[in-house]
Amino acid sequence: MINKIAADVAEATAAVRSGDSVAIGGFGRAGIPFNLIDAICDRDVTDLHVISNNAGKDDDGIARLVRERRVRKLTCTFPGHPEFFKQYLGGDVELELVPQGTLAERLRAGGSGIAAFYTPTAAGTILAEGGLAARYGPDGEPAQQLPGKETREIDGTEYVLEYPLKPDVALIKADRGDRYGNLRFRLSARNFNPLAAMAAKTAIAEVRDADPDVVLDPDDIHLPGPFVAHLVRVAPRLDKVFAEREARA
Amino acid sequence: MTTGYDTAGLAARVAADLRDGWYVNLGLGMPTAVAAHVAPDIEVMFHSENGLMGIGAVAEPGQEDPDLCDAGKHYTTLRTGAAAFDSSTSFALVRGGHLDAAILGGLQVGETGDLANWYVPGGQPGVGGAMDLVVGSPRVWVVMRHTDHAGRPKVVDACTFPVTGRGCVDRVYTNLCVFDLVDGALVLTDLAPGVSTDQVRAATTAKFDTTGGTPWK
Repeated sequence: MINKIAADVAEATAAVRSGDSVAIGGFGRAGIPFNLIDAICDRDVTDLHVISNNAGKDDDGIARLVRERRVRKLTCTFPGHPEFFKQYLGGDVELELVPQGTLAERLRAGGSGIAAFYTPTAAGTILAEGGLAARYGPDGEPAQQLPGKETREIDGTEYVLEYPLKPDVALIKADRGDRYGNLRFRLSARNFNPLAAMAAKTAIAEVRDADPDVVLDPDDIHLPGPFVAHLVRVAPRLDKVFAEREARA
Repeated sequence: MTTGYDTAGLAARVAADLRDGWYVNLGLGMPTAVAAHVAPDIEVMFHSENGLMGIGAVAEPGQEDPDLCDAGKHYTTLRTGAAAFDSSTSFALVRGGHLDAAILGGLQVGETGDLANWYVPGGQPGVGGAMDLVVGSPRVWVVMRHTDHAGRPKVVDACTFPVTGRGCVDRVYTNLCVFDLVDGALVLTDLAPGVSTDQVRAATTAKFDTTGGTPWK
């Protein structure tokens, strides 16, 4: 019998190890697996290569991982968090900056058996030609630069060769799931979540609603079960806006 | 001396060029204001690169949905006909040329249509979807102030900041004027009310043409 539903977040995230590469879904606060992130912080997992769109918002989620110095390297499109930039400019964390569509496609490719792909995105820019500081030294000067990438002209357009991402683990958030690992997302909380799961060796999902006795309708599934190793039902972490609204009601 | 459009006036000027049935991505900053000025008798669907087509206004207090935010990470709303999808599909729409226009903010536009809008060296880099939008959209429109906070021109002979894309810009809207890129060269195609060509010339280091050039559609 297949039952991927874990008893709690600790059991669901037991596979995550220090040193792992970890793809984390979410954009803004929508679709961030806050409960799973807290669980790996509680186990003192560190030295992570995090792959995500942002370096977090507010104080929790990926921002917590950064603040507690559990991140060795961040692959993202828009760090956007002052604590991350403090550590980046201070030489404490490495940055691999990637255009957003390229990040999505590198994850999709990683989960799809695609060895590499050509994209027109970033052609003629320093993200293709190399040169952006990947890491700063203690003197505040760039100590390591992102390398240039191979390019090729196809039908008169310049394309950049991009390689897939194959993280050890994905931490994702879904709206509904079943014991087969089938998942359904909601609105803009889908974002990178299914792609992160596809790319990872072990994908772990926190899910608002999962009943061991109820399965999703086959046509309602956004991400089929084989992509998902474990899921756990847990109340989504909401922004203070919603807590305040609930308190008033 | 007039400084041309104010922020709302500039947004309205851009919105006047949107057409019924278009799918459009609005970047952060000045482009966001365009949505509020779309003519009521046309239907324009706005794309948000985090996986939504058909976003509406920012959510009013009490109206927020935790699973519904825009690319600026604000809680947003959806209009009739909206769709939700993952980030890969979202950028298939972008790179695949399925949007009608991308409207972006800008730090600098070069005279051959280069755009710099993501990074001031030494600062805080963040590219988001800008590099995807400028290669994929059939119309790349830039909306920005004509000069920076220190009065330096932003429409320049060559970008000094790292570029977002080369030769990618089709049209530039500023508080002073509109430029079109015609065959890879800048052409002044419209002036803000009360602004003269000489004023534009004084605030621009790019070479541009003031005659000929059919406004690009």
